[in-house]
Amino acid sequence: MTAASSSPALRRRFRDNRAVRRFARNPLALLGLFMVLGLTVACFLGPHLLPFDELYIDLRARFAPPLTGAHIFGTDPLGRDIAARLFHAGQVSMTVGFLAMVISTVIGTVVGVVAGYRGGWTGTVLMRLVDAFLSFPSVFLLLTLAAFIKPSPMTITLIIAFTSWMEVARIVEAEVKSLREREFVMAARMLGLSNGWIMFREILPNVMGPIVVAATLTVARSILMEAYISFLGYGIQPPLPSWGNMLNGAQQYLAAAPWLAIVPGLAITIAVTGFNFIGDGLRDALDVRSHNG
Amino acid sequence: MARFLIGRLWQSIVLLLLVSLIGFMVLNLAPGGPLSQFALTPGMTKEALDRIAEQMGLNRPLPVQYLDWLWKLVQGDWGRSFRDNRPVLEVINSHLFATLLLMGASTFLSMLIGGWIGIRSAIRQGSAFDYAMTVACFVALSIPTFWVGLVAIFLFSLRLGWLPAGNMYTVGDGSFSDILVHLVMPACVLALVNVAIWARYMRTATLEVINQDFVRTARAKGLPPRRVLMKHIVGNALLPMITLAGMQLPTLLGGALVTETVFTWPGMGRLFLDSLGYNDYPVVMGLLMFSAILVLIGNLLADLLVAFVDPRIRLE
Repeated sequence: MTAASSSPALRRRFRDNRAVRRFARNPLALLGLFMVLGLTVACFLGPHLLPFDELYIDLRARFAPPLTGAHIFGTDPLGRDIAARLFHAGQVSMTVGFLAMVISTVIGTVVGVVAGYRGGWTGTVLMRLVDAFLSFPSVFLLLTLAAFIKPSPMTITLIIAFTSWMEVARIVEAEVKSLREREFVMAARMLGLSNGWIMFREILPNVMGPIVVAATLTVARSILMEAYISFLGYGIQPPLPSWGNMLNGAQQYLAAAPWLAIVPGLAITIAVTGFNFIGDGLRDALDVRSHNG
Repeated sequence: MARFLIGRLWQSIVLLLLVSLIGFMVLNLAPGGPLSQFALTPGMTKEALDRIAEQMGLNRPLPVQYLDWLWKLVQGDWGRSFRDNRPVLEVINSHLFATLLLMGASTFLSMLIGGWIGIRSAIRQGSAFDYAMTVACFVALSIPTFWVGLVAIFLFSLRLGWLPAGNMYTVGDGSFSDILVHLVMPACVLALVNVAIWARYMRTATLEVINQDFVRTARAKGLPPRRVLMKHIVGNALLPMITLAGMQLPTLLGGALVTETVFTWPGMGRLFLDSLGYNDYPVVMGLLMFSAILVLIGNLLADLLVAFVDPRIRLE
């Protein structure tokens, strides 16, 4: 098949796919997709359309309320344009959230598949480790790590990933455990395929649904986590803006300049809600039976 | 029952050992390790640092240090705060009440409101109320707690002047009503996320019960609908909520940390952040361990309570 003829066929297959159709019929999921895409486009295109640089300091324009001149969201205590900072911060926050999701999903999937397939001692030890990580309130662990390690976007991403892989591991372990006894696995074993091949080429594709759902929800959680630790001053460090650290100094100016607090908070809420809507839509579309509520 | 208890206790101990290992590693991997506090003192020499390390036993192999530290931990000696040299357990204890008060009040609120929303959504499944609440819960789960706190302070303290913006009591007052007034906002803010969680779980649990045979029997017997709802449906739907209350503890503690910071509430969360800022590792580590223990005890209690209330469950 040539590329020219396969592309419409592919498109048709995509459109006729039951999961895609179910997702497209879910208004909340579409709303979520719209929110996330809208925000992403705004954050990555916005800075090019604004007349201000996110680091440009203009002390004469300090604390300008929203809609003063070209400052659509106003300015901060240093007279920097909030819109420019918000979009730039969005790039940082969403990238951190997305990368943290990728890393934690990989860790969680590997741990879950191995624990579920091996079972026995390996499984017990791995799952006890998961329990141990889960019984630390993750914000505490996150802050401890962030306070000890020199903060940079990369380390923050790694720390968030390091404290959020457990849920994926649990979901995957439960699925793999039930798949392990199925005939196709037994057939693969009889063919003499290696354990690694069976785990990651035979079983893993059957667990992709729950993983995709969990991964989407993990993006939401990671963005929220980044906001938490940056708000508390241990996350992304200024002058690099993130949605969390834009809120860091906002509390002291709450009376005089409430927009400092309101604008970034809204952005976080929109992003996190969007990803949560998508995740829930995917859960219905991929027919993943709900593990929690 | 006894066998179940012993089994769970074993599990908890293994978990605590793992937790303590993670904590000890974090403590020792910190830049400068436990000595960094002294390294900053003016006029500190390499020799003096070595001497302190010797006195504190920090020059021994790490496994030995860990075992020694663990043994002291078991005996209730959690070390002393770098900041004011008070025993760690005493420091934590002095902040415990504020946190428990905040967590208790917000759990009470969220169970009440969340439970009501969940039940109402379930018995009117597919209604406008159900749909609106599903969306509202999603949004509530997605809003950062600290931001809700900031907005609440802006609205209710700065604009309307109804409630105090922070702290647990007015200096020189501290009466019951004074604390209550200070508690309203942080408790409600912390409750917001939990209302959403409770509502969603309660809805699922109620839906599960609502279609069961004994409910149909009760209806067929001609019992008043209200009685069927309260006694047969809600009574049974509440059971899984006990387990949920235990499971929610880590989230609740994490939420309390942020809420306490925003509202300058003098609890364990504030203590944790202050200690982090001062590199007060013993207190940081103590709080990590303490919250893990709190979570484990909470889960154990929840399991026991479920078994006690639900005759269908026999613990093995």
